[in-house]
Amino acid sequence: MKKLSLYLGCITPNRYPGIEKATKLCLDKLNIDWVDLKGASCCPAPGVFRSFDKTTWLTLASRNIILSEEMERDVLTICNGCYASLADANRELKEDHTLKKSINFHLDTIGKSFKGSVDVRHIIELFYDELGPQKITKMIQRPVNLNVALHYGCHLVKPSAERKLGSTENPTFFDELIEATGAKSIDYPDKMVCCGAGGGVRSALLDQSLAMLNHKLARIKEAGVDCIVNACPFCHLQFDSGQAEIKEKLGIEYNIPVLHYSQLLGLAFGYSPQELGIDLNLITNNEFFETLKKSD
Amino acid sequence: MDQTDAANVLKDVSSELLTCMQCGTCSGSCPSGRYTSMVTRKIVRMARVNKRVLKDINLWMCTTCYTCQERCPRQIKITDAILAIRTITVHDGCILPEHRRVSQLVLQYGHAVPINDAVKQKRKKLGMEALPETVHKYPDALLDVQTILKSCKFDELVAEGQEE
Ligand code: SF4
Ligand code: SF4
Repeated sequence: MKKLSLYLGCITPNRYPGIEKATKLCLDKLNIDWVDLKGASCCPAPGVFRSFDKTTWLTLASRNIILSEEMERDVLTICNGCYASLADANRELKEDHTLKKSINFHLDTIGKSFKGSVDVRHIIELFYDELGPQKITKMIQRPVNLNVALHYGCHLVKPSAERKLGSTENPTFFDELIEATGAKSIDYPDKMVCCGAGGGVRSALLDQSLAMLNHKLARIKEAGVDCIVNACPFCHLQFDSGQAEIKEKLGIEYNIPVLHYSQLLGLAFGYSPQELGIDLNLITNNEFFETLKKSD
Repeated sequence: MDQTDAANVLKDVSSELLTCMQCGTCSGSCPSGRYTSMVTRKIVRMARVNKRVLKDINLWMCTTCYTCQERCPRQIKITDAILAIRTITVHDGCILPEHRRVSQLVLQYGHAVPINDAVKQKRKKLGMEALPETVHKYPDALLDVQTILKSCKFDELVAEGQEE
């Protein structure tokens, strides 16, 4: 595996720092060579910025990639949105020489230029490809006994022409990684449907966004799970903050804990929910913490 | 991509859009269409005949989930087309107030979601430094981000006082 730099994005460090801490703890436990990607900015968010102005989107994204190129490390993302922005920008700039030249014109104002010498990875496809579920099962110390509603998130697998991670209707790779921790991935209707946050919908049209989320939460509730697991802090925020907003606006209370995969894996490495910041979510379900204690 | 580039992208997809048989697979698959006034099939139809779609609020109800694009029997790049139409709209000065605000945050802080005091406390509680290793901690890096955003004229694009 190539050496990695950890790209944080915005929501992880600035809203859900538990995800950042859990990720770093897990990378160390898995003996992965990583460093912080110092001075990185917003990816920038694919929904709004990509559709606003492609030049701005590519220039800002490529600066983040260049910081990693300078260290000769691949970029590791822990967010589907960051992955979409950085991996797509990286590919487009590698493939299109004229485009690269026009972006380097802007980067020249800060004395930088895009080379195209590294790759952008998402923590889930990296774990699956470079380690695999079996190896992870061998490395964990305390299998977790939880029933999980897995949410892949759209941009991890779509558009499939670019992601090349197989089926977008019925993928299994992420489920396998869930089960590698000892947890059970419970099937539920509309599992592959969007959480409703992306494309700038959550930021500008909250009611519409929450209507989509409410649809997913109702399906998940019916499935009777202990928690929701994602691999995207924006989906994470939508599921966690969104439950609080739905309670306030629609009077529906779901109370389902939300974990990023690195937090689930952190539990399987023996860390406490507090060490992984799971208790810093808006939705804190005491029953869930009791379940975790019981499986000790 | 400036406006002309976006128009070119749209021209590229519009030959594709012409192959649309209005089957409705896109609308039927759309998570947004189930709960909002957005009808993906209609956007495709309007985009190929006229420009009315440009001022249509429904354009902003797409979460860019790509389900329609994956399922379209004619392999029309529907989501990419919606993104291209958005670009033209934005360059026409039509930006939703909340999106303008998020853009200003990136110009000011280098983050669309900047840190706040409550999260600094959470970070400390977790034994982490109050500021992450991002532009938040490195003022020179933030200056670089602001410089390239200016070079791209992003500040002008999202400046207040334009038509909303
Ligand atoms: S799925 Fe494709 S062919 Fe069918 S209506 Fe939508 S754009 Fe047209
Ligand atoms: S990409 Fe947009 S239009 Fe297409 S299905 Fe998803 S939300 Fe609907």
